[in-house]
Amino acid sequence: MIDWILLFSNAAQEIISPTTAAYALAALGLAIHFGFTGLLNFGQAGFMMLGAYGFAIATLTFGWPVWAAILMGVGASIVFALILGIPTLRLRADYLAIVTIAAAEIIRLLFTTNTFESVTGSADGLQGYKGGFEALNPIPPGTYGFGPWVYNEYDWWVRIFGWGLVAIAAFITWRLFKSPWGRVIKGIREDEDAVRALGKNVYFYKMQSLVIGGVFGALAGMIFILPRAVVPSNYQTSLTFFIYAILLLGGAATVFGPIVGSVIFWVLLSFFSGFIARAVEVGWLPFLSNVQAGQLRFILVGIAIMLIVIYRPQGIFGNKKELAFVK
Amino acid sequence: MSSSAGAKGAPIKSTGLHIGEPAPGVKKVDPIIVADNITRTFGGLTAVQVEHLEIPRGAITALIGPNGAGKTTLFNLLTGFDKPDTGEWTFDGQGISGIPAFKVARKGQVRTFQLTKALSLLTVLDNMKLGAKGQRGEGLSRALFPWIWRKQEAEIEARAMDLLARFKLDAKKDDYAASLSGGQRKLLEMARALMSQPSLVMLDEPMAGVNPALTQSLLDHILNLKTEGMTVLFVEHDMHMVRHIADWVVVMAEGRVVAEGDPHEVMANPAVIDAYLGSHHDEDLGDLDTGVMTAIKELADDDADEEKN
Repeated sequence: MIDWILLFSNAAQEIISPTTAAYALAALGLAIHFGFTGLLNFGQAGFMMLGAYGFAIATLTFGWPVWAAILMGVGASIVFALILGIPTLRLRADYLAIVTIAAAEIIRLLFTTNTFESVTGSADGLQGYKGGFEALNPIPPGTYGFGPWVYNEYDWWVRIFGWGLVAIAAFITWRLFKSPWGRVIKGIREDEDAVRALGKNVYFYKMQSLVIGGVFGALAGMIFILPRAVVPSNYQTSLTFFIYAILLLGGAATVFGPIVGSVIFWVLLSFFSGFIARAVEVGWLPFLSNVQAGQLRFILVGIAIMLIVIYRPQGIFGNKKELAFVK
Repeated sequence: MSSSAGAKGAPIKSTGLHIGEPAPGVKKVDPIIVADNITRTFGGLTAVQVEHLEIPRGAITALIGPNGAGKTTLFNLLTGFDKPDTGEWTFDGQGISGIPAFKVARKGQVRTFQLTKALSLLTVLDNMKLGAKGQRGEGLSRALFPWIWRKQEAEIEARAMDLLARFKLDAKKDDYAASLSGGQRKLLEMARALMSQPSLVMLDEPMAGVNPALTQSLLDHILNLKTEGMTVLFVEHDMHMVRHIADWVVVMAEGRVVAEGDPHEVMANPAVIDAYLGSHHDEDLGDLDTGVMTAIKELADDDADEEKN
């Protein structure tokens, strides 16, 4: 028989999991790029990867303290944004899409190659960088929580840190898009030339947007590696597309959409994968093997994205009139 | 609206703008734009080849010419949206050749587009506010601290509402610009340009696609710009409008300035007739040019009528 309580409790855990926070923050960065500015960034995984590796390498190779390691990750993402933006932001939006998807793959392959194994750990990745972060934990040892949410002090610390960053980033984004700066950015999304004709330096604004969204991506990458190791195969192009799915689910040109979208995405994904695995075990789906069942959830993600784009293109939080991607 | 209109409802024309005989490249008493030797080629085609051109300050200048004469290309060059192959020009005495479009706009030379560019998913009011120059809240670091820019924002909003009221768009201030009609978008684009308090307004076909009911209101707005001390340069195909409001007309054909003068004289200039018809008289010109011919004839008739009165 299926243990429904376990299924629901596993799904409920995703609501506050650090992975959900990481995806929410990465999606928020993408909302700034795609939803507000109209920049088609298909390389958010690359920004996350630079944050993750920047943090881990600064800690392991250089022995830097936590704050310096965070700055390293952030700095790497800023440099990456500048390298991508300088040649492409003067061109049409689709060129940025091509360049970002290729650049993210280049970075992933650079971190995977054996040439730099002593620093990057090649395909095995890196671990053992959490000491400094654990030492900052103010929570005394023990287990805390209720219901499905019972964790030890480190797990709580990761969750508080992760969601704290999401909250700060969401506040900054909300403030920015209530300001005249945000108005210029949204104007650029609508028509660059019109904004240029009004005396605004469009190129500079697009660069600012690319950097801010990229830094959010890098911070998301750091949250992402706190409950696990850094492994290059986690940062494939599919990661970027999951983040797009979250963004479209919540609403591309909204601040809370990406956050709520991430929660819904992970709760549903956890529930479905748990349900399908159990259903195969008890023989409800005789035509599926266990391995096939593991892949089925990604098919469901694909179907979900299609349904959203067709029937609710503005996402859950989006204003029906403010469609960012179907004009 | 009637402030700029004369006794019979005809606008008061500025005269005495030029020095010497009106001819292509004639000197002006007080030019706002002085351009020299501008050329722009696209592959083998020379789109613009202007030796010397001066635009008079404080007047309404029309830039006319058949399709493909290089009017919009010249517009794009002067506003920094395109880069010329050769050429120098000054705006208000400062050399602005080759500087990017946003800097040209900051110097007080603002333009509109042939295909209206309303920012569809911004509200009408946000469209207007975007036009204001020197906003403190448009810097990234200051945007986060509303108390730095809140007061300025209120002033900008008041100015925007003023202009919207003048253009009769104030009732629409909270609607998305996408919901406006084509003519209202033209009005919005012009009003938005005025938010930057320009000294030169460049309008690319302001009447294209505007229904006759709005035409008069648009004309009045353009005439008002002059009474407020702004210089207007516009591209237009509607000869009646050109005749009605322009103080000075520059005629282009095949990339060159072929004639200049006040609207009455220039319409009778053989070079203008040539520009529209002469050099291609043995080819099939199609409906459009026949239309232009009719327009020129009508204008000549209008002129004759007016002289009788």
